[in-house]
Amino acid sequence: MPAPIRLRELIRTIRTARTQAEEREMIQKECAAIRSSFREEDNTYRCRNVAKLLYMHMLGYPAHFGQLECLKLIASQKFTDKRIGYLGAMLLLDERQDVHLLMTNCIKNDLNHSTQYVQGLALCTLGCMGSSEMCRDLAGEVEKLLKTSNSYLRKKAALCAVHVIRKVPELMEMFLPATKNLLNEKNHGVLHTSVVLLTEMCERSPDMLAHFRKVRQLSSSQLVPQLVRILKNLIMSGYSPEHDVSGISDPFLQVRILRLLRILGRNDDDSSEAMNDILAQVATNTETSKNVGNAILYETVLTIMDIKSESGLRVLAINILGRFLLNNDKNIRYVALTSLLKTVQTDHNAVQRHRSTIVDCLKDLDVSIKRRAMELSFALVNGNNVRGMMKELLYFLDSCEPEFKADCASGIFLAAEKYAPSKRWHIDTIMRVLTTAGSYVRDDAVPNLIQLITNSVEMHAYTVQRLYKAILGDYSQQPLVQVASWCIGEYGDLLVSGQCEEEEPIQVTEDEVLDILESVLISNMSASVTRGYALTAIMKLSTRFTCTVNRIKKVVSIYGSSIDVELQQRAVEYNALFKKYDHMRPALLERMPVMEKITTNGPTEIVQTNGETEPAVLETKPPPSGLQPASQANDLLDLLGGSDITPVIPTAPTSKPASAGGELLDLLGDLNLTGSPVSAPAPQIAQPPFLLDGLSSQPLFNDIAAGIPSITAYNKNGLKIDFTFERSNTNPSVTVITIQASNSTELEMTDFVFQAAVPKTFQLQLLSPSSSVIPAFNSGTITQVIKVLNPQKQQLRMRIKLTYNHKGSAMQDLAEINNFPPQSWQ
Amino acid sequence: IHFILLFSRQGKLRLQKWYTTLPDKEKKKIIREIVQIILSRNQKTSSFVDWKDLKLVYKRYASLYFCCAIEDQDNELLTLEVVHRYVELLDRYFGNVCELDIIFNFEKAYFILDEFIIGGEVQETSKLSAVKAIEDSDMLQETVEEYMNKPAF
Repeated sequence: MPAPIRLRELIRTIRTARTQAEEREMIQKECAAIRSSFREEDNTYRCRNVAKLLYMHMLGYPAHFGQLECLKLIASQKFTDKRIGYLGAMLLLDERQDVHLLMTNCIKNDLNHSTQYVQGLALCTLGCMGSSEMCRDLAGEVEKLLKTSNSYLRKKAALCAVHVIRKVPELMEMFLPATKNLLNEKNHGVLHTSVVLLTEMCERSPDMLAHFRKVRQLSSSQLVPQLVRILKNLIMSGYSPEHDVSGISDPFLQVRILRLLRILGRNDDDSSEAMNDILAQVATNTETSKNVGNAILYETVLTIMDIKSESGLRVLAINILGRFLLNNDKNIRYVALTSLLKTVQTDHNAVQRHRSTIVDCLKDLDVSIKRRAMELSFALVNGNNVRGMMKELLYFLDSCEPEFKADCASGIFLAAEKYAPSKRWHIDTIMRVLTTAGSYVRDDAVPNLIQLITNSVEMHAYTVQRLYKAILGDYSQQPLVQVASWCIGEYGDLLVSGQCEEEEPIQVTEDEVLDILESVLISNMSASVTRGYALTAIMKLSTRFTCTVNRIKKVVSIYGSSIDVELQQRAVEYNALFKKYDHMRPALLERMPVMEKITTNGPTEIVQTNGETEPAVLETKPPPSGLQPASQANDLLDLLGGSDITPVIPTAPTSKPASAGGELLDLLGDLNLTGSPVSAPAPQIAQPPFLLDGLSSQPLFNDIAAGIPSITAYNKNGLKIDFTFERSNTNPSVTVITIQASNSTELEMTDFVFQAAVPKTFQLQLLSPSSSVIPAFNSGTITQVIKVLNPQKQQLRMRIKLTYNHKGSAMQDLAEINNFPPQSWQ
Repeated sequence: IHFILLFSRQGKLRLQKWYTTLPDKEKKKIIREIVQIILSRNQKTSSFVDWKDLKLVYKRYASLYFCCAIEDQDNELLTLEVVHRYVELLDRYFGNVCELDIIFNFEKAYFILDEFIIGGEVQETSKLSAVKAIEDSDMLQETVEEYMNKPAF
């Protein structure tokens, strides 16, 4: 068989291939030749064949059949073979391969070889890809080599030890004795690798760290001073051609020493003090014209900021970063922004000084720089600079890449919420965000915004006018349209009457308003949720507008046959409102009250405000269900006898608890909400305002007046309900009733729902029950809290309605409670 | 350093050195992804790219891109120096190195890299020492070949 072609020949040939297919053909041919050569156990040309195989592997072709051959090469006596063999091992034999462990013995032998270059090969291979088992087996050898006087081997052994420690952290102890002498070397290679080894040990083990901080090294000086001395020598020493890079002596070693100093000085006053001088020296003396100098300065700054340095030094560091920011080199600016981001929490004021430069970086072309500048800008916004910063950030939002818009919009909202100087500014800012990046705004922002708008009572007219103008032209941005629809629904009357004070009022007719809402409804671009908002808004306008009620009725009835189930349900319910319950319509559709500031996620709070009876009531009903809750309310109305009763409708006719927080609230408008925030989100939520107006949001359970007797309000069919009372000292009109429902039968009661109604002079709030199941045999109770406002101190009366499932059938009962103790309402 | 890649402007791989263990498929995928990211960046951008939980530091020398992936706490600017040093070593060894040298003598490029970096960390900061070690090893090789009276591969 002729000698296999040489490597260079092969490379040349393959490069002449003009197509992928041609190349593949050549490769396959050569692979076949190589394979047969391997089978023949040809020692002479094995290394040539493996070299060729490695080349083909790099091109992306499979080469696993060469693995064993690599092993054979490693075992050979020839240096050439070993060299290629180890290279092949590093490329093909990583620890995932089965034959990986077979290398161990060869490496062991080679670690003890007479030729240092062979030893070097073995150390290198072990240090690059040795598996944990291999490391365990060979750690002893490595440790031995760590103590040799041959600096060529010592440096490799040090890095090999680093790899062993990374793979098998338990072995770290073993290398400790050998580290004593390491820093006494003159050889830079050894110094560098030793510092790396020490760094690895200190990073991994706090014990090691403590040890190195305190223990005296062999040359009777501690680690930190020793490092400082070495660093000093490097800086002060003259030109050394070997290690020089652009006038700086061995920057690699300098940076590594700085990094180790950082770890040693962290949280340790003594060590930090020992390094202060040298850090100052490096910071001031390093040449900054080339990248090298800046690399060292960068590391120095990181170290200064991380240890317990004195404040002068910190200021120096921040100033260096400031200078970096002004540098033309993008890399330097990138690095500066990254470090500033890390330090902005601790040294806020110092970073503030560079605010304007940071804001300029927002206009940079590089994506990573822009992102860091944006994050940093948000971190720097405070009460003083909020107007200016917002202007810049809004401009940024306009022009930045889509991937940033969502984060930027959220950031702007947060910052605006915290630092808004005036309500009008806040609303303007929000409007701006909605119009520029409307489609990127996160879904949960919509309820938050709605809440904010509701709470800025004096701005309603202005807000609705601006929103109206915004969607006139373009109603494709869903969050914007949702907020706008909601506002128009709520404040449409202000819009039409032209009451705006803040800016020139526009003349809008009711029909025009309805036009825009209808186009939102019809448009293909509107999401289902948005349509829901629009329909509800139209409905609400039926009480606010005077001339166009018929048009509204028509729209509503059209959508009663909409394909979208959600829309259909709403439309049918609204229709019902028009037809059968017209007398209730004004009350239902009244203005929204000022909402409590909610500390956690808005949506869940707002949505469930109505919902204590939601699940039970709604689940059993098919679509035209809107009538049911209304009829329930009707029942209660009847019960309580006529017009002096405010209906307490506990449920929302619609069932969507999701992002459509807005429209649930809409529907119930200004009713005395008997629902309550879901207790799930966060137990520490302050209770919503007890009642709608006139009460400040005081904590309600303070100042409990003791000693009001409790009553049994209801006791029938095994269901007993007890009322216990508490009066608030701070607000004598408030009575807090805790009901406890218990079940003495032998079967549990499920889906228990408690509803209550009070006479008109009272106001009532019902919080979430503890559960909806009353276990049998009085083994547990459901508790629920009712708050009653009784400003006129009238005698407390209450009608209750109970529904539950018991023994497989649905039960329902009504009762009137008249036996309230006088102390509970006087 | 987690890995080092050298590739041409057309995206052809010239050298790959991995200091972490990954399956072959994974490596190929990563290479493809990174080559795409870096080739699509223009002149005006910085040399650093955030990628997964690593930072990619890359620099173009003539027609070759040198790319290193470093960890979060590593110094990016210094890594640029590391890349530069490697190129200098190649230059010293080959004398005015160009891409063809690396293509045809890829195994030597690996050897030089292995004298400079082990396990992802720099082992020798002196230019002279590193190159000397390679030349001495080469001597060893030639000697053996001469002895065996066979041509170097």
